[in-house]
Amino acid sequence: MLTLLFDGVAYGMLLFVLAVGLAVTLGLMNFINLAHGAFAMAGGYTTVLLMNKMGVPFLATLPIAFLVSAAAGALLERTLYRPMYAKPHLDQVLFSIGLVFMTVAAVDYFIGSQQQIMQLPSYLKGRFDLGAANDYIGIGKYRFFIIVVCALLTVVLQMVLSRSRFGSRLRAAVDDPRVASGLGIDVNRVFLLTFAVGSGLAGLGGALGAEILGLDPTFPLKFMIYFLIVVSVGGTTTITGPLLAALLLGIADVAGKYYVPKLGAFIVYALMILILVWRPQGLFGRGAAK
Amino acid sequence: MNRLSVNQSLKQATAWRWWEVALLVAAAASWFLLGKHSLLLNEIAILALFAVSLDLVLGYAGIVSLGHAAFFGVGAYSAALFAKHVMPDPWVGLTLAIAISAAFGALCSLLILRGSDLTRLMVTLGVASILYELANKLDHITGGADGLQGVVMAPLLTPFGSYAFDLQGRVAFGYSLTVLVVLLLIARKLVQSPFGVSLKALRDNRLRAASIGLSVNARIAAVYTVAAALAGAAGALTAQTSGFASLDVLDFHRSADVLLVLVIGGTGYLYGGIFGAIAFKLLHDWIAAWTPQYWTFWIGLFLVVLMLVGRERLLKPWTWWQRRGQP
Repeated sequence: MLTLLFDGVAYGMLLFVLAVGLAVTLGLMNFINLAHGAFAMAGGYTTVLLMNKMGVPFLATLPIAFLVSAAAGALLERTLYRPMYAKPHLDQVLFSIGLVFMTVAAVDYFIGSQQQIMQLPSYLKGRFDLGAANDYIGIGKYRFFIIVVCALLTVVLQMVLSRSRFGSRLRAAVDDPRVASGLGIDVNRVFLLTFAVGSGLAGLGGALGAEILGLDPTFPLKFMIYFLIVVSVGGTTTITGPLLAALLLGIADVAGKYYVPKLGAFIVYALMILILVWRPQGLFGRGAAK
Repeated sequence: MNRLSVNQSLKQATAWRWWEVALLVAAAASWFLLGKHSLLLNEIAILALFAVSLDLVLGYAGIVSLGHAAFFGVGAYSAALFAKHVMPDPWVGLTLAIAISAAFGALCSLLILRGSDLTRLMVTLGVASILYELANKLDHITGGADGLQGVVMAPLLTPFGSYAFDLQGRVAFGYSLTVLVVLLLIARKLVQSPFGVSLKALRDNRLRAASIGLSVNARIAAVYTVAAALAGAAGALTAQTSGFASLDVLDFHRSADVLLVLVIGGTGYLYGGIFGAIAFKLLHDWIAAWTPQYWTFWIGLFLVVLMLVGRERLLKPWTWWQRRGQP
């Protein structure tokens, strides 16, 4: 039972890191980006290929995955995404679906459609068993590692957003881009940086999650709905909203698949629809994206 | 434009245009002249019907949907199950499939009344995903991932005699085409009625539409139900003419494809779905013949470029001289 809860938390933390960039894009720029998973996939493939082809140690590949995805995000933001900000939502949806289709086919072409297998370093394999024989908690080392990394990231993100100068600029731009630019904040640069960091985080999440979530070319399509659930249920105005939504989703998904495997992801989708019908702005939103 | 009285201008909006007539004539002629390509034409007719249905929701009511395949799938599975277990007659099956998907659409319309574009996107996507999961897991009813096999249709009863579905798909194409034309005419009548005009009003400005006394929610629910019925008909046609229903009818790809079809053809004038379906299928055929495995890349590239350039600018000439009540 507690093991399940623990796995759910790990899964949720992972989803949070994957989706937090999307929360910012949606909340800040009111841009529906279905291609967010593509950046996560870029990070995942960076890690797997670096480890399997070049023998780079796992921990060293994580920052590289972040940087690669962030660079890809910055490049695409500058060239393709920026003209799309002012377009209607339908155009944004179609545009990003187009990007997803392209990445899926391109990865399939260059790397192949098979599932990528990642060898974890030995110190992250196995599990600790805590407690007595009949009610012990099995804690997978790798999941523990994920929780620690993601918790650290969350704290850092929260600090950056609430304490730093960049954070206050970002929040100003979220609240009202026009007034923010009137005050001399370079909104475009804030957008660019935020997009890059968000994509980088997605890449890092993809790298961390390659072992748990699996990695193949259809990754962006498979997990698109999960990222969107995190963001739409959590609301886009705070960072705690998506975090709680991600944890809820992670626990619900793991528990649902364990107790009623026949229903599969059914529970998660039903829960999402109920929450959205009950509170269309998300559980913790205060009425943002139109 | 000359000054017209209100009466005249309303009449003009519902008048038959020459290209509408030409399109119907071409559709009828295609059955006689292009019999060899019946299988492809059948797919085009079904896709066109599906896209017309989405156009009612998206082009007229302005609701962005990423899960329109849900209704397509409901129609396909109910037609297939009905034919397999109850009665193999195509017309009865089609009617029943339309009724079931309309009921399902009415139910779902309650879910999309509230919230932002993102919420609606998620809810429609979620409904389609739930159905996909259900169809996948309830394998004793739906056949699961293997699909529902062994659907045998009875011969098609027409005023000219009864015809069995043949392998070349001529009967199937005739059947789909008839259904498409009939439903299209109904949809045409519907969007030109005061109801259709009020839909456009609430698409353009929901608040204003509400403040001149339109009941926004009831209208959205109504158009969503009608659109679900049309999508269900398209699904039923697919299941009946192919004798097969699989998870593919509920897949995300299908919802995305139909959006693309509609965008190629243009939204908000009903025929966009038809032109889009023709262009999409021919494009698909052409690209798939050249690079079968990676054709989604080119479709994706096409979408990205189209959106960056602006979809209005690519639209074909007929929207240039067609006057719509644009602000």
